[in-house]
Amino acid sequence: MKKLSLTLIGLYLLFLHGFSQTAKQYENIFLSKPLKLEEVNLVSSYYSQNGSHSAVTGGGTSILHSSTKNDTLNGSERLTDIANMIELKLVGYGETGNKHTILAGLGIDHHTAASQKYISSSGASSPNGTRVYPSLNWTVENTDNGTEFGLGTYYSHEYNYNSFALDAHVGYKNKTGGELGFKVSAYFDKVKLIYPTDDTLTAHFVLPNTITPYDDIVIKTNASRSSGGGYVYSGGGGSESVEVPSLPRNTYTASLTYSQVINKLVQAALLLDLVKQDGYLSLPFHRVIMNNGTEKIETLPSSRTKIPIGFRLNYFASDDLIVRSYYRYYTDDWGLTAHTASIELPYKITPFMSISPFYRYYTQSATKYFAPIGVHAATEQYFTSNYASSAFNSHFFGLGFRTAPPDGIANTHLSAMEIRYGHYSQSTDLNSNVISLHFTLK
Amino acid sequence: MFKKQTAILMLSLVLMSSACVTVKEYQKNKLNDAEMALSSRRVEKNEMNFQSYKEGAAGANGGKTGGGCGCN
Repeated sequence: MKKLSLTLIGLYLLFLHGFSQTAKQYENIFLSKPLKLEEVNLVSSYYSQNGSHSAVTGGGTSILHSSTKNDTLNGSERLTDIANMIELKLVGYGETGNKHTILAGLGIDHHTAASQKYISSSGASSPNGTRVYPSLNWTVENTDNGTEFGLGTYYSHEYNYNSFALDAHVGYKNKTGGELGFKVSAYFDKVKLIYPTDDTLTAHFVLPNTITPYDDIVIKTNASRSSGGGYVYSGGGGSESVEVPSLPRNTYTASLTYSQVINKLVQAALLLDLVKQDGYLSLPFHRVIMNNGTEKIETLPSSRTKIPIGFRLNYFASDDLIVRSYYRYYTDDWGLTAHTASIELPYKITPFMSISPFYRYYTQSATKYFAPIGVHAATEQYFTSNYASSAFNSHFFGLGFRTAPPDGIANTHLSAMEIRYGHYSQSTDLNSNVISLHFTLK
Repeated sequence: MFKKQTAILMLSLVLMSSACVTVKEYQKNKLNDAEMALSSRRVEKNEMNFQSYKEGAAGANGGKTGGGCGCN
């Protein structure tokens, strides 16, 4: 009997051992999955604006008195922009069961701006521009303990502006519906020194000391952009063809987010950013017309600290209605304070189709360095007439439509489609319209 | 400057933490709805871009905080 019992126990342990081995192998096979394309997102937008306070012409209509003629530059902010973006989402699982997600994106924008041609007072500068911006993000998530870690990189290229960015983020989800995230990012930008080409500006213009060795010379860009180069004119001499020099602009951001499930219908998030910028924070083609009629280019401090704090609260108010709300308080050391509040009300026509009216209100005070055209004194150290730095408020409202049937749209891989239109009006007389399309393929 | 921000931060944290109940996974069907996401959506991406060009404030929405473009 004892022998039988020992044999049975031995067999049991053997089976147990055997099954446990099988289970472990099975588990590894199950969990380890190579990266697979899970989702493709396509976003396209058409944006159109009009206004009368272009920073290129000094914040309004300006008359530039040159040695040979007088040029009247209207302050039109007429601009159109077509933006297209594709993002691939790949998901895989490592041998330890960690989930790996890769987001690879590519965006292309093309704009036409009326004011851009007046970088040259004759209106000969190109009014068009294209921006290309690829991005790559990788995140690894331990689904057992709720932690994640990720790295990202971003590049943007346009004729007068290049940017390279890196970021790293960590996250932690607790068992009670709380999620904490921390992200640091650094943008290393290069601003090409494309200055307005006016005879008077040339005569009065003194470049910042930081631009050595170009202190006493003026750079005129090649209007046709055929060579990508420019021309440097020395004070009394001839000209020399060179690449247009650039100055760095760096942006460092630390972001903290905390989100919390409040109950079955409500969740909220707190978002805090600390942003530090240094380098060349002006734009070289922004004119400023001083109160004595002379022209200068925008000159701003080489450092800026920004603190935005945001709060989101989303509430599934009934079977058909969701309330999405957002508030942001912003302050910086240039004296700008802003409040943003928005509400969006997605209403479900069916469980898989909704319409979303939305409204956003924004108000800001002016920075210490802003004044309208013809107001800045020549003795001031810093000055701008860019109306993005002025005191104003704005309204943005519109409507969205979204459909995401469970079997895809018309039983295809197109799993969701969203279209959204918005109208924006600013108290500075700026008005714009934007229409966006978003397709998700699975 | 920091006093006001700290007050907003603390008030938000208190409001968020005081009224929380534990919600089980099977009870999260409404919270998991795509329109309940606690972030700006992809379709809003270019709206946020033009706002960062035409307004002085940016950040605290998961998007741009400055840098990467000729905006503020």
